[in-house]
Amino acid sequence: MLTLSHLTKRFDGVQALTDVSLGVAPGERVALLGHNGAGKSTLMKIVLGLIPFTSGAVEVLGAAPGSAQAREGVAYLPESAAFHPALSGREQISHYLRLRGRPAHEAQGLLDRVGLGHAADRRIGTYSKGMRQRVGLAQALIGTPRLMVLDEPTSGLDPVSRRDFYAILDELAAEGAAILLSSHALTEVEARTDRMVILSKGHLVAEGSMSELRTKADLPLRIVVTPSALPCSKTTLLKAFAGAEVHGEQIVVSCAQSDKLASLSKITALADRVADIDLQPPSLEDIYTHFSKRAGQ
Amino acid sequence: MNRILSMAQTEFRIALRNRWVSVAVAMMVVFALVLSAAGSAPTGALGADRLSVVVASLTSLAVYLVPLVALLMSFDAVAGEVERGTLPLLLTYPLHRAEVLLGKLAAHLLVLTIAVVAGYGLAGLAAWVMDERSVAGLPALWRLTWSSVVLGAVFLGAGYALSSLSRRPSGAAGLAIGLWLGAIVLYDLGLLAALVADNGGTFTTEVFPWAMLANPADAFRLYNLAASEAASAAAGLSGAANTIPAWQALISLALWPLVALVLAIAAFRKVSP
Repeated sequence: MLTLSHLTKRFDGVQALTDVSLGVAPGERVALLGHNGAGKSTLMKIVLGLIPFTSGAVEVLGAAPGSAQAREGVAYLPESAAFHPALSGREQISHYLRLRGRPAHEAQGLLDRVGLGHAADRRIGTYSKGMRQRVGLAQALIGTPRLMVLDEPTSGLDPVSRRDFYAILDELAAEGAAILLSSHALTEVEARTDRMVILSKGHLVAEGSMSELRTKADLPLRIVVTPSALPCSKTTLLKAFAGAEVHGEQIVVSCAQSDKLASLSKITALADRVADIDLQPPSLEDIYTHFSKRAGQ
Repeated sequence: MNRILSMAQTEFRIALRNRWVSVAVAMMVVFALVLSAAGSAPTGALGADRLSVVVASLTSLAVYLVPLVALLMSFDAVAGEVERGTLPLLLTYPLHRAEVLLGKLAAHLLVLTIAVVAGYGLAGLAAWVMDERSVAGLPALWRLTWSSVVLGAVFLGAGYALSSLSRRPSGAAGLAIGLWLGAIVLYDLGLLAALVADNGGTFTTEVFPWAMLANPADAFRLYNLAASEAASAAAGLSGAANTIPAWQALISLALWPLVALVLAIAAFRKVSP
């Protein structure tokens, strides 16, 4: 559906994207992660054919980005979707339907699908940000897009709307649409996409499913130990775990993934000194920070 | 074609909601009525029917007002979409950039036509009520109507080009006002000054007719006054340009909308969202 190879983009001397290679297969949901200015929106605009690229190759639905064939099958949801405030939701969606050569009466069904059926005849100027975002989603659902490019699609949506949004994405992916979306909301992306791509300063720094990224990053696990009421429990534990940190009444032991069991058995050996333990695997934020930072150095 | 129609329908709806239609109609009606009331005094028993005289004054009005209304409607066409952030999404749809502009042009031309027909129609009606011989002036009124729409098309196209070049509505508005002042007001003043300084030399005979034809607003005025029997009611530059035949002015008037549209499309193609 979408193939980028060695894509490079320079804006007046600034390197926006450097040697990015990436593919999205039919039915695959790929999340693009990165700080502001990492190159996510630039990459998407190149895929849509809105801006030219400097070198490399881009193939969208077997054609050049922005060609008639590519535009026919690609749907786009811009970051904070904007529409003319004087039009109603129905008029705006009918217009987009006609531009894609489809009958205008399909607007009601699309608006119902994104939960805007009741507000179809109100002007978009009176809509909230979340409602405008849903108009954006409705226009992206027109026809059966084969590639969807969604720039921060869930920003401005409440948790319930986000859940509905991902349910719609799942349906589309099940029908064979390839989905490329960017997001800042790491936890929802983790649960709802097949693969993640981390961009940092225009470089692709990591790619893979959540568990693959976790293994690659190999970040230490944190074991939070609460000492028991016996006298000197804390000192005993601190003696046993040399590198441990003290956080108030608790101590925190960091250990590599491979040492996990060894550390746990060491703790169980001191069972009478321990009131409670809590295991904290590295969060998605930790992994993300790890990859983004590494590229910055 | 359907895509252009859809663009046009949407743009017309926006123009209606933004009150552009009512503003344009009100402007044309008020000015046309004021002119036909004021123009009633000098006719007397001159021989010309009342409508032909009114058409001569309407021509002078249209030269100023039609380009102004056209520029006011068009300066926002591209820059406004850029500012609202609606352009990138529109350009990912399967339609050519030329189709976007053609759709907008169709809608804005319709608004302009409604305004022109309302204004001139009322002025014509008023003339007919006061002087039944006015029927003789109907061909001149018809000529004025369609050539006003053509003149509007020129400045709509120019407005889209400026809108694409500046990419910000404030900048586009400034450029539009500048174009109006330059092409409509200062151009004629400059020519007049040159004529006076030249005092019947080569400029007057060789350069001046071409300079008049090169400006669509002057070509519009020349065409209407030359074709009208009330040409004698005109004064100033048009009087000096009596030697230019109407068909030359007509060619200029026919070419300018195409030139403006081509420029607008070229400028719009350069806009990167």
